[in-house]
Amino acid sequence: MSDEPNKGLRSPLRRKLLMGAAALPLVSILPRPSFGAGPATATVNTTGLAVTDTEVTVGILHSATGTMAISETGSIQAEKLAIEQINAAGGVLGRKIKFIQEDGASDWPTFAEKAKKLLVNDKVAAIMGCWTSASRKAVLPVVEQYNGMLYYPTFYEGLEQSKNVIYTGQEATQQILAGLNWIAKEKGAKSFFFIGSDYIWPRTSNKIARKHVENVLKGKVVGEEYYALGSTQFNSVINKIKLTKPDVIFTDVVGGSNVAFYKQLKAAGVDLSKQALLTISVTEDEIDGIGGENIAGAYACMKYFQSLDNANNKTFVPAFKKMWGEKTVIGDVTQAGYLGPWLWKLTCEKAGSFDVDKIAAASPGVEFKEAPEGYVRIHENHHLWSKTRVGRAKLDGQFELIFETADLIEPDPFPKGYQ
Amino acid sequence: MFGDYSIGDLGSIFVMQGFAGLILFSVYVLMALGLAIIFGQMGVINMAHGEFMILGAYVTWMTSNLFQSYLPGLFSGYFFLAMMLAFLASGALGMLVEWVLIRHLYKRPLDTLLATWGLSLILQQAYRSVFGAREVGVELPQWMLGSLKVTDSIEVPINGIFVMGLTVSITCAVAYVIYKSRWGRQVRAVVQNRIMAGAVGINTEKVDRYTYGLGCGIAGIAGSAFTMIGSTGPTSGQLYIVDTFLVVVFGGAASLLGTIASAFSISQTQSTLEFFMSGSMAKVLTLLAVVGILMLRPQGLFSLKVRK
Amino acid sequence: MIINSRFFNRSELIGFVALGLILFVILPLSLDVFRLNLVAKYLTYAFVAIGLVLCWGYGGILSLGQGVFFGLGGYCMAMFLKLEASSVENTKIQSTPGIPDFMDWNQITALPLFWQPFHSLTFTVLAIILVPGLFALIIGTAMFKRRVGGTYFAIITQAVAAILTILIVGQQGYTGGINGMTDLRTLKGWDIRPDHAKVVLYFFEVFLLFGCILIAQFIRLTKLGRILVAMREQEDRVRFSGYSVANFKIFAFCMAAIFAAIGGAMFALNVGFMSPSFVGIVPSIEMVIYTAVGGRTSIFGAVWGALLVNFAKTGLSESFPQLWLFGLGALFIAVVLAFPNGLSGIWADHVQSRIDRLVSSIKKKSGDWTSNSVADGAPAE
Repeated sequence: MSDEPNKGLRSPLRRKLLMGAAALPLVSILPRPSFGAGPATATVNTTGLAVTDTEVTVGILHSATGTMAISETGSIQAEKLAIEQINAAGGVLGRKIKFIQEDGASDWPTFAEKAKKLLVNDKVAAIMGCWTSASRKAVLPVVEQYNGMLYYPTFYEGLEQSKNVIYTGQEATQQILAGLNWIAKEKGAKSFFFIGSDYIWPRTSNKIARKHVENVLKGKVVGEEYYALGSTQFNSVINKIKLTKPDVIFTDVVGGSNVAFYKQLKAAGVDLSKQALLTISVTEDEIDGIGGENIAGAYACMKYFQSLDNANNKTFVPAFKKMWGEKTVIGDVTQAGYLGPWLWKLTCEKAGSFDVDKIAAASPGVEFKEAPEGYVRIHENHHLWSKTRVGRAKLDGQFELIFETADLIEPDPFPKGYQ
Repeated sequence: MFGDYSIGDLGSIFVMQGFAGLILFSVYVLMALGLAIIFGQMGVINMAHGEFMILGAYVTWMTSNLFQSYLPGLFSGYFFLAMMLAFLASGALGMLVEWVLIRHLYKRPLDTLLATWGLSLILQQAYRSVFGAREVGVELPQWMLGSLKVTDSIEVPINGIFVMGLTVSITCAVAYVIYKSRWGRQVRAVVQNRIMAGAVGINTEKVDRYTYGLGCGIAGIAGSAFTMIGSTGPTSGQLYIVDTFLVVVFGGAASLLGTIASAFSISQTQSTLEFFMSGSMAKVLTLLAVVGILMLRPQGLFSLKVRK
Repeated sequence: MIINSRFFNRSELIGFVALGLILFVILPLSLDVFRLNLVAKYLTYAFVAIGLVLCWGYGGILSLGQGVFFGLGGYCMAMFLKLEASSVENTKIQSTPGIPDFMDWNQITALPLFWQPFHSLTFTVLAIILVPGLFALIIGTAMFKRRVGGTYFAIITQAVAAILTILIVGQQGYTGGINGMTDLRTLKGWDIRPDHAKVVLYFFEVFLLFGCILIAQFIRLTKLGRILVAMREQEDRVRFSGYSVANFKIFAFCMAAIFAAIGGAMFALNVGFMSPSFVGIVPSIEMVIYTAVGGRTSIFGAVWGALLVNFAKTGLSESFPQLWLFGLGALFIAVVLAFPNGLSGIWADHVQSRIDRLVSSIKKKSGDWTSNSVADGAPAE
């Protein structure tokens, strides 16, 4: 969209950001940094990327229009915030990050087309982007063919690993298993009812969950149901839930269907303070639409909640709200989006180069100690080590942290015994 | 699959399942009623119908916000006012659209389809610019939440009852207006023979405008009611449009009774199938059945002649 | 000689040559491979639009389900390419090597029966033509024999598009679900991804497109095309004259379906990817708008419509993503209200007449038998 970030917002925003950024422990170079003091362009960029002595270009590729704009807005906002903060802190290898934003328009081939444009025409050093699995699957062959670097923020179904992608969200086992263990132990849950939207992520997640419930927890799955994306009528499945009386309802319904599902669940007299419900698809963003009163009491299994009580998050949340408004909420994926530019910057500095091959090679082991979720580290398989957390939804649309794993969970995109 | 459950359990589930079907039926009737008037009476294919519904939903959302901030004491009753406002807003927009766009296209029904599709894109983007891309949640007054316990195992959602009541009253009102009132007679006269109707002194342009406005207004009420069960986002309207058209066409255009009968059969089929198989397969089978029957009986359930 | 004065009138000949020049010479010379590949993608929609000119512009049958046929053609092609990309050595990481990756993710352990024949390219090419053709034949026979037409037909085709989308998404073990079939790599061992392959595919596609244009033009000029026009204008009179209106409609609808399927197959080849998002209602309606913008009765107009709308889409969404939907919506309304004959109408009304006057003032021309023809000329640069 705009080649120049934050046109029109410049001075007040910059002030606010500097204030926000100043609170970050990492940021110590104040006041306004000057660019161009980094290593020579010829040494950090040997493959013809869009890097000058003072600037480096990255791409942001999300849906600003179409049905997915609802979800992807948060990621765009988080990535822009991260880029602003990095620039305020002196940029990457002495260069200011400039971003080119492209609109995937919720249309998968458009994502592929725009990714190609970013890599071939604009020669961006990295792409922060994609949200749905379908968009990532469309972009993946492109970034592999043109050797780009994609930072992908969403929790997803796993079964993928690429030299050219850093997955800053959780893969399925990271997200699900610890949560199931917790609810089985805490609630003595033995029977589960799965309900999801009908596409790859819920189906794969439920497959993994089913194997875990049946083989590890020795429980029983009493129902598994899928509804077409966008469905708004769930009364029949709610009746089935009432008939089978599961200990836990496990849901991965996405998008607008979520709203309908929880409203109808509440209207049908299912009291979430008595009936345990574990969701892996509802973040603070979704609750905005669902309404806190309809989902209060449900458990969500994520790696980040806006309410997390740690020093990093206490500077991140105000900075985010200053940039995007008091009313905005920050969900799991938004936070993962925020990690992308930072991880890329840290990796560039570790590798001393913008070259994609060097970044791909340097990525494993890169750690981001200022992550709002606490601490993350990149694994050899290009996923992140991160904790699994369970939160309970409150009336005000926030989650209350109930449980978190003691250690970082190892990402395992091709889990043995779960395929 | 029923082996493990007691007779009592099954009985109450079937009662509740029947009720779920009735709620779906009410939803379909509400969606289709406005379209049945516009398509059936005027022959205009209004692809922006879903967007008129969403306008009603947004009006409801704004009303609820206003009441929360300024009149919290009256919050429990805001929904009725919201529905009226939704009717007026969608109706007014409908009349404007009729005046700007539709009246030039009465002789080209297929073109109304394209033009209103364009309109729906514009409205979607307008909602996105004004209300934001994210979905908004409408907070309901306390009395509309929860369910009514009929017996120990049978629970009936209150908002479902509300939607059903609303559907019945709106249907009755529309039937009265179309079949009994003076204005309704004028509408039917214009539908049957525009030139003759004009010759006997009916202002056909005005009748057209109000008919279109009425259809859109009812869509607004439907949208308002749907905030209770669904979501409100810029593109939510598109979800409804195919179902709605199928209900109207299946019923046989120009027949209110047909619309109701078709909404009933489609909703019952779908909700019964949903109980035995996954939701998306149930949807496919229902749509297939409807298309199949339409191929055998293109005039729909209740219509005398639709051939063109 | 195929192109004689009977086959094309003068203005059509100009349109034909101009289009040929632009597609074969100017665009390949002036655009880089990335943009050329985009043009190739846009041109896949031109196939659909030409089909719609036949069935909508001439036959008067508006189908809102062309995405179905585009998708069927595309999926047939994609299935072949996917099988080739899923050789045992490419997929050894899977628990069942040798089957497409999405099947493996869905615990399918053997290639389903209906996938088997797609190992053969010959079968695939036949399937691309026959599957959508037969499907259209079934729908068309069921509908037109019962004299369903106009808006009813439009809505029913729309429902068919909705059904097929839900079905593809729901049966993801066999179809790839909402992700579609991605990562298509080679055609008979020939890598379709590098730049030079894109150029070859582009030219191949343009050749096919001109083939389709000629077929459509041929149909238009035969008695068949005349009957189609007569049918659109006064269906009953044609029926009373003893023609079987239904059969002509079925024919036009099948041709449109086959053209759309060819477009879909070319899409899978050029873009390397097929997904249910080209099957549903929204893409189907967008395909209609390409035709409407070009001028619903103009074969060349259809090509221009597909190109221009898509260029506008890419351009606008690159520079003003928020404005794109406003622009597209306004385009729909403007085409319907102000320019019902689209670009070709503007060309014929405002440009063609001046050229004609200029030419006739230079030399007297003999009677032009198509001067009243519905499809006149094409906009050129």
